[in-house]
Amino acid sequence: MNTGAELPPLSVRVTRADLVRYAGASGDFNPIHWSERIATGVGLPGVVAHGMLTMALAGRLITGWVGDPSAVREYAVRFTRPVVVPDDDEGALLELTGKVAEVAEEPGGERTARVSVTARVDGRTVLGRAHAVVAL
Amino acid sequence: MPDAGFVGRALPPTEPYRVGREKVREFALAVGEGASVCHDVDAARAAGHPDLVAPPTFAVTFTMPVMEAFLRDPAFGWDYSRMVHGEQSFTLRRPIHAGDELVTVLHVDDLRTRAGSHFLTLRCEVADTAGEPVLEATAVLVTREAA
Repeated sequence: MNTGAELPPLSVRVTRADLVRYAGASGDFNPIHWSERIATGVGLPGVVAHGMLTMALAGRLITGWVGDPSAVREYAVRFTRPVVVPDDDEGALLELTGKVAEVAEEPGGERTARVSVTARVDGRTVLGRAHAVVAL
Repeated sequence: MPDAGFVGRALPPTEPYRVGREKVREFALAVGEGASVCHDVDAARAAGHPDLVAPPTFAVTFTMPVMEAFLRDPAFGWDYSRMVHGEQSFTLRRPIHAGDELVTVLHVDDLRTRAGSHFLTLRCEVADTAGEPVLEATAVLVTREAA
């Protein structure tokens, strides 16, 4: 485990069905995540993914790499660009890469890694300053 | 125009939210988290957990409604319909487990206005019913003044 090490990349497809499932599981029923009419009515290009869904999917890059969802100590993102999800079978493809920015020993003696995450759709980043601290 | 007089205030603690096993499984499925500790109680216990482990962002399921209730309070004056989520962070003292009873206190940490947009920082402190801290979830929410 060294600073600069790259995480195994992950690509996740997001379809309208995934947005409906996430709406139900999270309780976020904002209609911009399921109604084209309302999404375009507020100036969006179309139905967009919940930011918190994008954050959770990007988190899988980290939990998959460290092998344990309970190892996450911090996780933070900025939502910089909406993820538009077309009404077709392909949806949007979220491409995730990550890198170990720092390995440290915490005051309690726990070894942690700070990981930076890049999330792209169609080659453009959709999250800013996405990073996590995980116990090793 | 949101009322800056709310900055620095904290809301009264919520009633305890009980984390259900099936809710953890449902959320893990919805975000594609396949780790066995999120789905299989035996696997979670074998890994030293009292019950299923919730994925790292699970706290949105019970903190978002607390924030929404505050944002819809007409006394605060926030334009909920024009809001976007700007930033989100979680600091986890320990993972959330199925069976946890969690109490949330919402803090209004900051409100700034720049170039016609309001940036509001809301922080949810989540503890168990014994008062032991579990996590903090902080959101920066942005709304534009109507043109």
